[in-house]
Amino acid sequence: MSNPVPGVDTVYIDPLRQERSRKKARRDALIGIASLLGFVVVIVLLVGRSSGWEAVQKTFFDGDQFVESFPGLLQAFWLNVRIFLIAEPLILIIGLLVALARTLKSPMFLPVRVLATLYVDIFRGVPTILVIFLLGFGMPALQLPGVPSDAIFWGTAALVLSYGAYVAEVFRAGIGSVHPSQTMAARSLGLSLFQTNRFVVLPQAVRNVTPPLLNDFISLQKDTALVAVLGPIEILRRAQIDTSANFNYTPYVGAALIFIALTIPMTRFADWIAVRSARKRQAGGAS
Amino acid sequence: MSFEFQSESESFIAVDGVWKSFDTHPVLRGISLDVAAHSATVLIGASGSGKSTLLRCINALETVDAGSIVVNSELDVTAFNADLDAIRRRIGIVFQSYNLFPHMKVLDNVTLGPTRVLKRSKKESIEAAMHLLTRFGLEAKAHDYPDRLSGGQSQRVAIVRALAMEPEIMLFDEITSALDPMLVGEVLDTVRELREGGLTIVMATHEMPFAKEIADQVCFLRDGIVWESGPANQIFDAPQRAETQNFLHRVN
Repeated sequence: MSNPVPGVDTVYIDPLRQERSRKKARRDALIGIASLLGFVVVIVLLVGRSSGWEAVQKTFFDGDQFVESFPGLLQAFWLNVRIFLIAEPLILIIGLLVALARTLKSPMFLPVRVLATLYVDIFRGVPTILVIFLLGFGMPALQLPGVPSDAIFWGTAALVLSYGAYVAEVFRAGIGSVHPSQTMAARSLGLSLFQTNRFVVLPQAVRNVTPPLLNDFISLQKDTALVAVLGPIEILRRAQIDTSANFNYTPYVGAALIFIALTIPMTRFADWIAVRSARKRQAGGAS
Repeated sequence: MSFEFQSESESFIAVDGVWKSFDTHPVLRGISLDVAAHSATVLIGASGSGKSTLLRCINALETVDAGSIVVNSELDVTAFNADLDAIRRRIGIVFQSYNLFPHMKVLDNVTLGPTRVLKRSKKESIEAAMHLLTRFGLEAKAHDYPDRLSGGQSQRVAIVRALAMEPEIMLFDEITSALDPMLVGEVLDTVRELREGGLTIVMATHEMPFAKEIADQVCFLRDGIVWESGPANQIFDAPQRAETQNFLHRVN
């Protein structure tokens, strides 16, 4: 009359408990949906009944204006995408190099370290739009031979310099997040400092800071619109022109929608990466 | 692993009057110690007695404040212009917390040193690594990441990783202290095998029965001083000083 021994991977849940938790899940879902619907109804009623709603609807949500301006906005947005695609790799390279420069310990590298620190202090301290103004108007005014005077060039350069400083700090935090015992283990195998960084510290550092790096990417996608202040017709400038031509703000809403269409998938992707790396770190916590 | 040694009688590792402090806290206070080639020396003593620091000084992970450590009468570990990478190629160390590289598979952990430091070919390094992993019963884990290993397996991989550099000396820094008691045995078996293979071993441990079994020489450290040292049976069975007796009484 011995009891059967359950197998090692047997999962057993009391059917009564299972039924109860299933019921609770169903009820929770219903309450959530009802609450959300109620919230939407309240907002619609509040906004729709406000005295200014009709005027706002005409100037911001005009269907004809939207359809008319949208293709032009989309076309102008291609410039934002190109600025982003060129700036992002450069930012990653500068950020990584500056972060590494700040970790150099040898006295010979003091100038490199000082320059890297100055760069981060200055470009992180000045508002991005101010950097764009200063470079975009200042550099062409110098009329140096061989230096381009193109507004898009200097707008992109300003974004690269400004974001490079931020990303350098993100990388530096990542390098700091790798436990010193990893460096000690690598050094004890005879790896040089350079090899230790290259094969042991940096791969782990980059993995640790992927979520904050993606966050900066998203921010950069939006900030490409700042280049508008120098004149090139990217999406914000295009919207501005359409707006002033027709005295209607709908193109701004169109531009906002286009940005959102790009940043939301990117944000979800960043969230997914963050959750995944958190889970990975939990699983591998021992070493 | 075959190496030319000078003579057997001469000390292979000569630690002479080593001092080391961290800020104002002295950790080693004039330690002298001789280790013969192919012998096992076990360091015992309470936490904070300086065992770990001494081991780290021997392969130059820490610099000494005074004194010298010379290997084979020719390699001065403590010289100002010492070639640290050369020292660490010849002296392996295994830590309490394994310190495997979590982003690399077991095999890559083991071949990193041979390919990048010894500049061996990938093929040759993998063959040698697989040979070592098989010898210690880890061949099935070669393509796993470290987070899939038990503590005992992790520590054995760490030992294999150090062995892959074909060191003349192995330093073990409380390598079983972080392990589940059930897993201590497999790691100690590994050390026992290396001892029988003739590797020169310096080991800090709290596993007294094991120390008694494998040690040629036992050193009891207390407050950064070699309080008492001698053959294993002398230290364990007939310790001369009251502090040694007291320590052994408390750990047993």
